[in-house]
Amino acid sequence: MKNNKVNNEVINILFCGTGGQGVLTAAEIVSLAAMYDGFHTKKSEVHGMAQRGGSVESHVRFGSLVASPLIEAGAADFIVPFYKPERDRLIEYLSKDGKDFTADLEEAQLNCKDKRFVNTYMLGRLSKYLNLSKESWLKALEAGFKGKLVEENRKVFLDAVK
Amino acid sequence: MKKILLLSGDEAVARGAYEAGLKLAAAYPGTPSTEILEYLTQFPEVDARWAVNEKTSYEIALGASIAGVRSMYSSKHVGLNVAMDPLMTSAYTGVTGGFVVVVADDPQMASSQNEQDDRLIAKFAKIPMLEPSSPREAYLMARSAFDLSEKFDTPVMIRITTRVAHTKEDVEIGERNEVPDKPFVPNPAKYVMIPGYAYKKHIALEAKLLEMAKYSDESSLNFIEINDNSMGIITSGVSYLYAKEAFPNASFLKIGFSYPFPDEKIKQFAKEVKDLYVIEELEPFIEEHVKQLYIPVKAKDVSYRIGELNPGLVKEIIEGKKKVEKPSTARKPVLCPGCSHRPVFYALKKLKAIVAGDIGCYTLGTLKPLDAMHTTVCMGGGVTLFDSMSKILGHNKVVGVVGDSTFVHSGIEGLIDAAYNGAKGLLLVLDNSTTGMTGCQNNPATGFTAKGEKTKKLSIEDISKAAGADIVETIGAYADNLADKIHELMNKDALSVLIVRYPCKVLTKAKDPIPVFDGANCKNCGACLQIDCPAIHRNEAGNIVLEEYLCAGCDLCVRMCKFGALKKAENR
Repeated sequence: MKNNKVNNEVINILFCGTGGQGVLTAAEIVSLAAMYDGFHTKKSEVHGMAQRGGSVESHVRFGSLVASPLIEAGAADFIVPFYKPERDRLIEYLSKDGKDFTADLEEAQLNCKDKRFVNTYMLGRLSKYLNLSKESWLKALEAGFKGKLVEENRKVFLDAVK
Repeated sequence: MKKILLLSGDEAVARGAYEAGLKLAAAYPGTPSTEILEYLTQFPEVDARWAVNEKTSYEIALGASIAGVRSMYSSKHVGLNVAMDPLMTSAYTGVTGGFVVVVADDPQMASSQNEQDDRLIAKFAKIPMLEPSSPREAYLMARSAFDLSEKFDTPVMIRITTRVAHTKEDVEIGERNEVPDKPFVPNPAKYVMIPGYAYKKHIALEAKLLEMAKYSDESSLNFIEINDNSMGIITSGVSYLYAKEAFPNASFLKIGFSYPFPDEKIKQFAKEVKDLYVIEELEPFIEEHVKQLYIPVKAKDVSYRIGELNPGLVKEIIEGKKKVEKPSTARKPVLCPGCSHRPVFYALKKLKAIVAGDIGCYTLGTLKPLDAMHTTVCMGGGVTLFDSMSKILGHNKVVGVVGDSTFVHSGIEGLIDAAYNGAKGLLLVLDNSTTGMTGCQNNPATGFTAKGEKTKKLSIEDISKAAGADIVETIGAYADNLADKIHELMNKDALSVLIVRYPCKVLTKAKDPIPVFDGANCKNCGACLQIDCPAIHRNEAGNIVLEEYLCAGCDLCVRMCKFGALKKAENR
């Protein structure tokens, strides 16, 4: 098992970044993948009034039964940042044995010439730590990007999984 | 086969209403309720429409109900204030087809000017209220609310909060149930609220409330979960989920049919548990009612009436603590890169104008360094506050600012007022051809309906003239003479409307050639930072950086740079 949680526990993933970086799309895709695999899934966003450039965080929780739509401080199993200062601001959410994807972000930024694919790359990395089926991931990518650049996103995702 | 969708609370309300046979829905956009109406635009069976404002939305939906079909109104909490006039009397008239009023409160004010608790409005208006905790419940409650409305002959309120509206959850959906229209039978005693008829309706309403209270006690939406009986929590809405997360072993009275209250269930629950608590966001709505029943209950400190709850705060409340306010560490909200409001606020700041502002993206013009908006209270207030403030402070000093959608919402009446009472000076209508802050919705001035169909287009120029403005002119947001034009019209002995027109870039997704940044020429003077564009910032080393992926190519920064460090793209 890729994560050390038992089946009835809830997986908590915190995505963060700024408006326009694809934070909400990434959170939507992992939520869809979890839903396709039959998990009770909740995704909740926290953002302010700005359409672009403001702080954006999205809490994704899935398991057999999820109560709160928000992750508690110190309870995130994963923090997936798209902007380092936002990660620093929210790091108190990460649990002691949680995983921080900051290093993966740096790698994503190096590997993605087109910044639009950074979120997909990060999802590929995240997928290695979650027990979600490849079939659901690919279906979620297609639904999450609403048919836009599906082939490119699929390729970036699969490359990042390697 | 089961059909499961990942739906937000807003979408789930809309889906439930659609399946209940909804035929007409009217709304004005407002965070966090906008997506309800947006979701409904996909269904050909539903006349889903943006209305001019919440009052007209409410009346249009009520009219449809009176005519015999199932209808729905939706808005944010402050939007319902605008619709209070028809709302209060519709509790007297009741309905023909089922009529549901969805209101989305915004604890923590993610995007609002206050955090009023609209549960109090259900009580004030004497209408029943359902309060879902999650998208799944929102779907189920919306599906059943129309039956409830017809059963009790009353508008039914569904009250959600931002956390319910904007949480997505897997929801198992069903099929649409076509409900036959009800015949319209003329009945002035029911629908013509002259005092004689209204008095009788008030008597009937009080009797109805007693019946609904009985129903509330029988409703499965109000249920008791007995676990550890040393701790009992009465709660509703998303607070139930926070409390459940924080205290999974506690006993609960979960209130879903939350007005009128289920008094017998409250009394029964209080007997079954040792320590009784109320957990609710914002106002002490449940708390005060439980206390009125002479039931001792532990409730939150006043400090928790402010802002949103979460499982951590629920634990603090139970421990009897006071809330410690922590300053927000989130990034300051800013106008988007390439926003056409930016040159206007830069010009207003240079002119040292006193700006009566309004509600919309342009409200962000108040924050430093733009720092050029001095009042924002409510929709349309930019026009009316300009009228009186300019009269008192001088029309050469005060400017009114309103957006296109807000002008149509309730700015036109203010302009008529200003003209009628002899106001002078300048009202700026910032027309970005969309309702921007809520995510780009159509409005009468865009010439397209909620479903994207072409319709009659309201001319802001023509209606401004008809309202009585002496001078009506239109200018592009990036015109070189923008500041001069504003200055000229502020100082004229006339009432002027200047329409600053440039389409929102979030809407058009237009990406113009972006400027070239030449670091060698940069003197690091910071002039380019004065326009507060998210695409330009100082990095950790203190040097200016142009984030090319954010830049929309408006070239405003090029105008700011005196040293040639920021230059127009060669292909411009």
